[in-house]
Amino acid sequence: MRAILRLLTSGASSVLVAACASYGGGSGDGTPPATTAGDAASAAAPVIQPGAPGEASRVVEARRFEDLDLPPWTEADADFMSGMIHHHAQALQMTALIPERSASVGVSQMGLRMEISQRDEIRLMHDWLRERGLDAPEVVLTKGPDQGILRDGSPHATTNHAPGGLMPMPGMLSAEQMRALEAAHADRFDRLFLEFMIQHHTGALTMVERLFETPGAGQDSRVFQFATDVDADQRAEIDRMRMLLARYRDR
Amino acid sequence: MKTSTLTAAVAGCMPRHTTWRTGALAFTTLFFLTLPGSAHAQNAGMAQGGMTEEVAPPRLDWNPNDPRIGLAAGWRDAGEAISNLRKVATLTRADGFFNPEDPGDGRFSNTDIAFRGDLMFQGNYNGFQVYDISNPSMPRLRVSVVCPGGQGDLSVHGNLLVMSSQETRARLDCGVEGVEAPVSNERIRGIRIFDISNIESPRQVAAVQSCRGSHTHTILKAPNDDENLWVYIQGTSGVRPAEELAGCVGGDPEENPETALFRIEVVRVPLANPAAAEIVNAPRIFADAQGNIAGLNPGGQLAPGGQNSRSTNQCHDITMYPELGLAAGACSGNGILLDISDPANPVRINEVFDPNFAYWHSATFNNDGTAILFTDEWGGGAAPRCRGSDPATWGANAIFSLDANREMELQGYYKLPVPQSETENCVAHNGSLIPVPGRDIKVQAWYQGGVSVLDFTNPSHPFEIAYFDRGPLSDTQLFTGGYWSTYWYNGAIYGAEISRGIDVFELEPSEHLSAAEIAAAEAVILDSFNAQMQPRFVWEDTPVVARAWLDQLERKDGILASRAQAVDRVLVAAESGRADAAQLRAVAADLEADAIAVEAMELGGDAERLVKLAAVLRGIASGE
Repeated sequence: MRAILRLLTSGASSVLVAACASYGGGSGDGTPPATTAGDAASAAAPVIQPGAPGEASRVVEARRFEDLDLPPWTEADADFMSGMIHHHAQALQMTALIPERSASVGVSQMGLRMEISQRDEIRLMHDWLRERGLDAPEVVLTKGPDQGILRDGSPHATTNHAPGGLMPMPGMLSAEQMRALEAAHADRFDRLFLEFMIQHHTGALTMVERLFETPGAGQDSRVFQFATDVDADQRAEIDRMRMLLARYRDR
Repeated sequence: MKTSTLTAAVAGCMPRHTTWRTGALAFTTLFFLTLPGSAHAQNAGMAQGGMTEEVAPPRLDWNPNDPRIGLAAGWRDAGEAISNLRKVATLTRADGFFNPEDPGDGRFSNTDIAFRGDLMFQGNYNGFQVYDISNPSMPRLRVSVVCPGGQGDLSVHGNLLVMSSQETRARLDCGVEGVEAPVSNERIRGIRIFDISNIESPRQVAAVQSCRGSHTHTILKAPNDDENLWVYIQGTSGVRPAEELAGCVGGDPEENPETALFRIEVVRVPLANPAAAEIVNAPRIFADAQGNIAGLNPGGQLAPGGQNSRSTNQCHDITMYPELGLAAGACSGNGILLDISDPANPVRINEVFDPNFAYWHSATFNNDGTAILFTDEWGGGAAPRCRGSDPATWGANAIFSLDANREMELQGYYKLPVPQSETENCVAHNGSLIPVPGRDIKVQAWYQGGVSVLDFTNPSHPFEIAYFDRGPLSDTQLFTGGYWSTYWYNGAIYGAEISRGIDVFELEPSEHLSAAEIAAAEAVILDSFNAQMQPRFVWEDTPVVARAWLDQLERKDGILASRAQAVDRVLVAAESGRADAAQLRAVAADLEADAIAVEAMELGGDAERLVKLAAVLRGIASGE
């Protein structure tokens, strides 16, 4: 189906003037002030929408971004973001155990870097959800033994929504696995940590895969970019963890 | 901008070196002793599970009084600081191409720019704009083109415009509504090609599908081939299902030898029939001698205290230098050098690795082809990586020498020399050379870190000569914004700002750059410019070019004062239309004699520049 652009009627020019005027005298609240020299002439420039290869282009009236019916975010996008906060937060709970238990510089350094990037990404997911008026799981981000837990003390979700119902969130550590990790020390801890984190990251890849398999999902630019980043980063970290793990298996 | 490794500094835990230089030297020496080229050797550093001494990367040193520190936040009304530049125009993004309620709405981000004649082409996630820049201080919008898909990087050659399409929402028909079905023949991930012979009504003439889509691309017009335009596709995101595009599989080479990772795609565009554009090769340019296609950096932290590097399974940018027959690839985990004399079959001839690099992002040759500046997009462009606590060699430029044997060797680093705040995404990004004869000068975008003009003539000691910066978009929230690209084109610097629009700058003379050097740069006029297809600059033998060389000689005490006065006298005559060929040649001969004396260590000075200046004087004389 072709793009539907809301066509302005013969009153287009007056609508345009009104739209520009409303930007006038922009203030500190973030709205743009009057446009600068050059834009007066710019207003007259045509807006073109090309067709598919070989087809003709056409003039469209798309003077305001609202004139573009861009794909909306979907429930699957929101569930992905909110589910991934739980997912990332559990990774923070896992890395919180490293300082007391790990005997490996490699695991410690990787865990620290992982922690910083997961924390950054949780903030990004929070912003995305809140900008859309959605609830975001509140997670302790301050570094320390409590990092990654939910502020209200409830356990992390192990499922998220899927069209038609709940779906297990892949890769999440079971309560039993978390207890085993907490109880381990030194080499045993490092080995378990790597095994569990590989499982955990692999689950995130599955979440990305499912997102893009869901009709209408991942059409929001920021969701696309974020999901793509998660995929690339976690793949890289899995490779790295496999290399580290191989050394324990050799012993 | 690039997919990120949102790895981050652990600077807070690291001991700090007292000075930049000492730190940098200690650091690089260590790494280059311990890290030979092979992937296995690279792994050695992290192989032992035991304690390894951490080595801190050098900290950033800055002037506490730098006016870029503490600028007020705002979208349109942020504080500004400027040095040795003049801002001559500012344009907001075009109507309909921004969300007035969200400066960071990624669906509309401005991205890369390209130039042809008096036109500037501004790509963005929602399409592109064409501006008339015949008067750089009054750019005039000619047309806005709606064609969403991200990231919209574009290149222009004659009447063809090539655009990168990456996201799953991108539609073949340029529709805005996205593609709902996970598998669809309405989707385009790859490159679009437009005919722009009617500039106010570009027409799509071809779309070439690729497995990972096109994050960026590079065009190549080979000097010996007038039939074709070549396009290298750099895909960086996920591999799409084979049901949508036959043959697309992802994963590691062990699982899937046909994986769409670890390669680029080469598109041939027949100029007589661009609609027939197609992928003709997908070269495995990261293969090792044994044929392992994942032959380069496996990723990870490859040296104690080093950065967490991405594995080399993609290129972000490939910068062609057709006159040299070479291309420099910034390829996630490595910088590589390609022989592109056969455009369809690029061959890797060398590679470098740097333990400070998280993600090799872009490359710029110097004009002589004796140096390559690579950038590291640590944090993917969306993260604040220019804080005072971030190391001076992370998220920076690394400058390598390139010798006649096509060996590259690290010479130095350059990072924006002033800290930015937590709400400013900042890291090394796109830029281009400014054609000042005798010097390697680059204008570079640092996202919300602003514009920085650096001199890397001496690649071991790059330094800043001009800048512009605005405060953050917000001092409470990090919106992705700032300069995506800043390029010099025919006398002005054009900055593509992700959220604010376009800024145009001109250079101001300063202690670092004279009026004559600027005038000599302004005299270089190109027909078109694409940042990833570097032209070789040539300067005509004119008085202003001679004065540029003379200024450089005088700035560094490279010439006898009496000789400088003699040069000035013959140039004054030439400038007023009274050039005297005999006198010009006489002064040139004196300069050449001085150069010989310098070489013989009988005289102080700069022999190379003396000879260059003499040649320009002789050229002026011949023109008379």
